[in-house]
Amino acid sequence: MRQSEEDREKLGAPPAHESYLTDGTTVMSWLNTRDHKRVGVMFLVAVVFFLFLGGVFALAIRMKLLYPGPFLFDALTYNRLFTLHGVTMIFLFMIPAIPSAFGNFVLPLMIGARDVAFPRLNLASFYVYLAGAVLAVWAMVHGGADTGWTFYTPYSTTTPTMLFPLLLGVFIIGFSSIMTGINFIVTVHTLRAPGIGWMRVPLFVWGIYATSVIQVLATPVLGLTVLLVALERVLGFGIFDPARGGDPVLFQHFFWFYSHPAVYIMVLPAMGVISECVATFSRKNPFGYKAIAFSSLGIAFVGFFTWGHHLFVAGQSVFDNGVFGVLSMFVGIFTAVKVFNWVGTMYRGAISFKTPFAYICGFLFFLVFGGMTGVALATVALDVHWHDTYFVVAHFHFIMVGAVIMGFLAALHYWFPKMFGRTYHEGWGLVAASLIILGFNATFIPQFLLGNNGMPRRYYQYPEHFQALNVASTAGATLLGFGFIIIFIYLVIALRWGPRCEQNPWRSKGFEWLTPSPPPTHNFDKIPHITQDPHDYRTHAPSGVYTDV
Amino acid sequence: MSEAAALPPGEHLVHGTDPHLAHHFSSLERQVDASRLGMWLFLSTEVLLFAGLFTGYAVYRYSFPVAFAASARTSEIWAGTLNTIVLITSSLTVALAIHFVRAGRQRAAVACLAITLFFALAFLGIKAIEYTAHFHEHQLPGRYYRFEGVRLPGAEMYWALYFLMTGLHGLHVVIGMTVLAVIAWRTAHGYYSAHYYVGIELAGLYWHLVDLIWIFLYPLLYLI
Repeated sequence: MRQSEEDREKLGAPPAHESYLTDGTTVMSWLNTRDHKRVGVMFLVAVVFFLFLGGVFALAIRMKLLYPGPFLFDALTYNRLFTLHGVTMIFLFMIPAIPSAFGNFVLPLMIGARDVAFPRLNLASFYVYLAGAVLAVWAMVHGGADTGWTFYTPYSTTTPTMLFPLLLGVFIIGFSSIMTGINFIVTVHTLRAPGIGWMRVPLFVWGIYATSVIQVLATPVLGLTVLLVALERVLGFGIFDPARGGDPVLFQHFFWFYSHPAVYIMVLPAMGVISECVATFSRKNPFGYKAIAFSSLGIAFVGFFTWGHHLFVAGQSVFDNGVFGVLSMFVGIFTAVKVFNWVGTMYRGAISFKTPFAYICGFLFFLVFGGMTGVALATVALDVHWHDTYFVVAHFHFIMVGAVIMGFLAALHYWFPKMFGRTYHEGWGLVAASLIILGFNATFIPQFLLGNNGMPRRYYQYPEHFQALNVASTAGATLLGFGFIIIFIYLVIALRWGPRCEQNPWRSKGFEWLTPSPPPTHNFDKIPHITQDPHDYRTHAPSGVYTDV
Repeated sequence: MSEAAALPPGEHLVHGTDPHLAHHFSSLERQVDASRLGMWLFLSTEVLLFAGLFTGYAVYRYSFPVAFAASARTSEIWAGTLNTIVLITSSLTVALAIHFVRAGRQRAAVACLAITLFFALAFLGIKAIEYTAHFHEHQLPGRYYRFEGVRLPGAEMYWALYFLMTGLHGLHVVIGMTVLAVIAWRTAHGYYSAHYYVGIELAGLYWHLVDLIWIFLYPLLYLI
């Protein structure tokens, strides 16, 4: 039963398990699937496409910023491009990237389930996402909203560009996010295999669980907010219009009540991936399993009470500023707990420096650097200086692009053999990882300096003395682009021609490796009975023996 | 369910022959628990959705206390009161439907669901009469506000919130009616029984939430 794929091919015997990839090969068998693994793969394809799209927009912006004056395209096009970049990257890539793609694929495997709790809802969430994405992209191409992804009133209620379909697209994508969140929470509660108590749930599952809580509780408020902006544009309801007694700052409260926790929707799954990979590639039990698990919930909880730090200069009271500043710093504490535990896991471990491990290193650097600047930004007096400058841009790109992309790429490389049963070229993997980490630093460290020197974000033109740092940033972005192209090429090659791998090429003790790679459609012939902690490297039992028969 | 139908025959033997049991659940109880938890989570998203509007109401009530009180006094209080009675009664009938299906009396359950649907329709009818009156009086949101009775700053905000809150609630009533109709049809065709009735239970939960939101809307928009 546990023969490797290669052995079976040599013997000429039919595979013991029909993998989910070969169980039905027609297009309809994919489009109409209830299999969480296929839904995960479809999400993966979609988010990679939108990552590419958002990346192209980012490069276009960076190309314009090579010169201080007008260059390449006009100011309105520039405004549309950064809106396109923000909306695509946040709503179409980062929010669904890790939870919907990798979460869908590995979460049921990790808890010994045959599928998510509501398979049809899961497939629906993909189509709802796709519908919202198509509408949003169509709106952005044809109308080209120029408000930035934040849709701040009163500009968003008065701009002549076509905002309504874009808002509708974001509204629809929100439903997809809620569906995924509900599905994962219920799955974790009701479908854990025998032996997986709450303190044996793999750390990635904890990350996704915390994420799902935020998705469920925060997303409805975003839905309401964009609905109010749309009604104000179309029917003149005036909820945010001072001429009718409305308050534009209320919009900011509503918007950030979702959009700040949304940052944790993006980063918590990445933290989960890192928790898995650190243990696997250090061959050591996670140091402080409970601390890592509960700090995820802590971030999810505190994340709901920090939104006011986006309003430090919006006329919020001094008292509120102080409270929100302090609450925001709690996130730093929970994050630090995680960072120390990851480093503690590596300490005296048997580290194998594979591609995912390279991304762990990148992740730790970006998270700590981005997190520290975040704590600095939560300090009210400093924020007044840095607000709406490139310092803020660099800060959140360190977290959202740096840390989240590191997590995404680590997950992609770590679970690639699990998903497709093949391995990629390790050497090229390390080359691309170095290029990407270098490129990120080269792109965003100059932006910290620019922001500290007072360059405001989202401006089309800038004074000439900022040019050198802008050129450096653009050069870094180009490097980053090359890194992604290399990854794309070797992964596509690996998909088609990569050597087939055995069930557990990393010798990981993660529960998801208890099934063949790629897994059969129904994951487990018999539901496993787990008798060990996740990532228990203290014992030398080969993975799979704790599958009860 | 369709997932179960798509399985190879061996899987059915493992799980027995209950047509309601999906392949990935070990028991029907577990599956019903999952459905209930899913519904409660969904209800929490609904609460958060309306919480935004209640926050907006609180903010603007605080800014314009006089205009809000004066506008609320011009709303159709008889209609609001009648609708409150109608909705609470409909919550009773939907609860009775669950009771009857548990007792194995599907026909009585279908009748209760039908009565619930009738009450929901009555609610929408009364709401439509109210809306018509508001339109005639130009008690409308934002830039369309032309009501002569109350000429205070902030009155148009009251009507913006009034139409937003009752409109969104009305939309939920319509969705609830659709769900109840499907559930009633399924019950009438023997899909639910004393053994398996989670669908009626979930529809009932949803309907109670719709009712509960109205119980908060009623005092805010009509009484104070």
